[in-house]
Amino acid sequence: MNMEYKKEPIKTKSKMKEIMTNYFLEAFDAKNKGKKVAWITSGGPVEPLIAMDIIPIYPENHGAMIGASKLGEKLVSYAEGLGYSCDLCSYATADIACSRGEKGPIGHLPEPDMLICCNNICSTVVKWYEIQARYFNVPLFILDTPMCHTNFTEDTKEYVRRQFDELFLFLETVCKKKMDFDRLEEVGRLSVQAQKLWQEILDTTTHSPAPMSAFDAFFHLALIVTLRGTEICVNYYRELLEEMKDRIKNKICAVPNEKYRVLWDNLPIWYKTKWLSEKFAERDVCLVADTYTSAWCSSLRYIDENDFLGSLAPAYTRIYLNQGIDTMANEIIKMIDKYKVHGIIMHSNRSCKPYSFGQYDIQKIIRNKTKVPVLIIEADMLDQRSFSDAQIESRIDAFCELLHS
Amino acid sequence: MLTAGIDIGSTTVKCAILKDNEIVATAIDFTGYNVKKAWQNILSKALDKAKLSTNQIDNIISTGYGRDSVDIANKKITEITCHAAGAHFLEPGVRTVIDIGGQDSKAISLAEDGRVIDFVMNDKCAAGTGRFLEVMARAMEVDLDKFGELSMVAREPVKISSLCTVFAESEVISMISQGKSREDIIAGIHRSIATRVYSMASRLDIRSPIMLTGGVAKNIGVVNALKEKLGDNLIINPYAQLNGAIGAAYLAQRQS
Repeated sequence: MNMEYKKEPIKTKSKMKEIMTNYFLEAFDAKNKGKKVAWITSGGPVEPLIAMDIIPIYPENHGAMIGASKLGEKLVSYAEGLGYSCDLCSYATADIACSRGEKGPIGHLPEPDMLICCNNICSTVVKWYEIQARYFNVPLFILDTPMCHTNFTEDTKEYVRRQFDELFLFLETVCKKKMDFDRLEEVGRLSVQAQKLWQEILDTTTHSPAPMSAFDAFFHLALIVTLRGTEICVNYYRELLEEMKDRIKNKICAVPNEKYRVLWDNLPIWYKTKWLSEKFAERDVCLVADTYTSAWCSSLRYIDENDFLGSLAPAYTRIYLNQGIDTMANEIIKMIDKYKVHGIIMHSNRSCKPYSFGQYDIQKIIRNKTKVPVLIIEADMLDQRSFSDAQIESRIDAFCELLHS
Repeated sequence: MLTAGIDIGSTTVKCAILKDNEIVATAIDFTGYNVKKAWQNILSKALDKAKLSTNQIDNIISTGYGRDSVDIANKKITEITCHAAGAHFLEPGVRTVIDIGGQDSKAISLAEDGRVIDFVMNDKCAAGTGRFLEVMARAMEVDLDKFGELSMVAREPVKISSLCTVFAESEVISMISQGKSREDIIAGIHRSIATRVYSMASRLDIRSPIMLTGGVAKNIGVVNALKEKLGDNLIINPYAQLNGAIGAAYLAQRQS
């Protein structure tokens, strides 16, 4: 035991519950307050919605809550009973099950007045949102962001930019009011500020031992997804960043005996985060970084803070998941260097095809360029039926033995 | 220096006793329901063979799925590390181990000193494992030990296309009803396992010499089917099935 460093819970965490409760209460009360609710994909452009006083609701964030509450299996099975295939994304099927009356961790989501779907994260969202638009009988906007296999062309930029004009028109029509572009720039500034703070928070783990782990990042991610573009989000992350700096100063960390630093790829296994974090800590391993939570600041470099409107197209097209495998592998290699990781664990996520497809190729690229060992474990972000304790524990144990040898 | 390695797999339990880096006794049996009884029995069996008692053993390491149940073990190490160590002990030049066990299969890439450089394991599916053969033997009403020799006289091996053990069983039953010969079907089953294991192992950089370990190494049909993919330099050691236990006992020698 390294007596110099100690483990303590992150204090800022306690504020999250209050913020998220208020956020959902406001959304449930939207109709009484004359506000609109939009369901939006996790990688969707939320800033125009905030600028129009629309409350964004994220079925994927709800999916994470379902997973963490271990309700995934129940909801996915219900959707399978409705006729949805077990090969579909479990976020989609769990969301559909909740909309059809099956209870989730907060009952059900506030009903939408419109749906905003951006396919920069996957193509499943298109069909998922079409189904929900038919069910709720509300208008649907689809923002199509072409995959940037090797580069981001001027044509792509123009193609996406024009769709933003259509999005503004769509929002104006549904809300029956004009878009305030000055307000949009202000929301954009807050969004960029939050993304920068989020990146800084994630970067505090470059310190060894890390003041927090990727498991903490999975938790604190909620606000950059749901409330970016608001003061609440900026204030929360400012406080969290300060706490992380204090933790480093006061020798407080996630794994006091941190010997090995590991990078996680793909979504968390929400129903197993506690189990996994304990397994890793017992083996003196700290998950110091991950490709998932950092995706919410992955396009910062393409945003001009003084021209948010003009930055929307690249910001929402050039995100981590919407690029070719070589670019993704290079991003991981940069992270290996930055966070000084000894190994990588890739979660081959049954649900998330765009994230999991290509992992074996990325593994090969990493192996050839860095010699850092990569373990692939198979599971699902939400559906417990895809997780085998004994098999995964064996693989993690063997991987830790390999790191120790 | 006396050490013991106990490997508790899903199908069989194995024990090896080493004295100053020499194998002095080994034992093997079915695991069954009571894991604790299984390792206690196999350890006493091996000790009896070596004319030793438990308190004479300096260091015990357990491995395999049931490794945590061995309360007298000084250390528990995964079967990946133990198979690498066992292969290095039996054939120091080995660079790749392919292990086909009862319910999983794995490929391990070794460093010169027997350390694991990298490994891959089968996914959640039982196809490509010993269990697949057991299920098929039942469907074919053939003793599993006869599988190897029967496949040697196949004339036209069938193609099993299903990736799932359960569906492959249905496929085999339909082939039986179509009148395909038992030998051809068995040879097809072996090819199916070899193909699956080979594609898994190909995710690693397969370097020769390659050693096949695990109970399935006793099946000449699977061995030949794998040789078609990997070439003739596939090493089958007589201790193939005991390799994990030997590796555990060898690591116990090194770590004492």
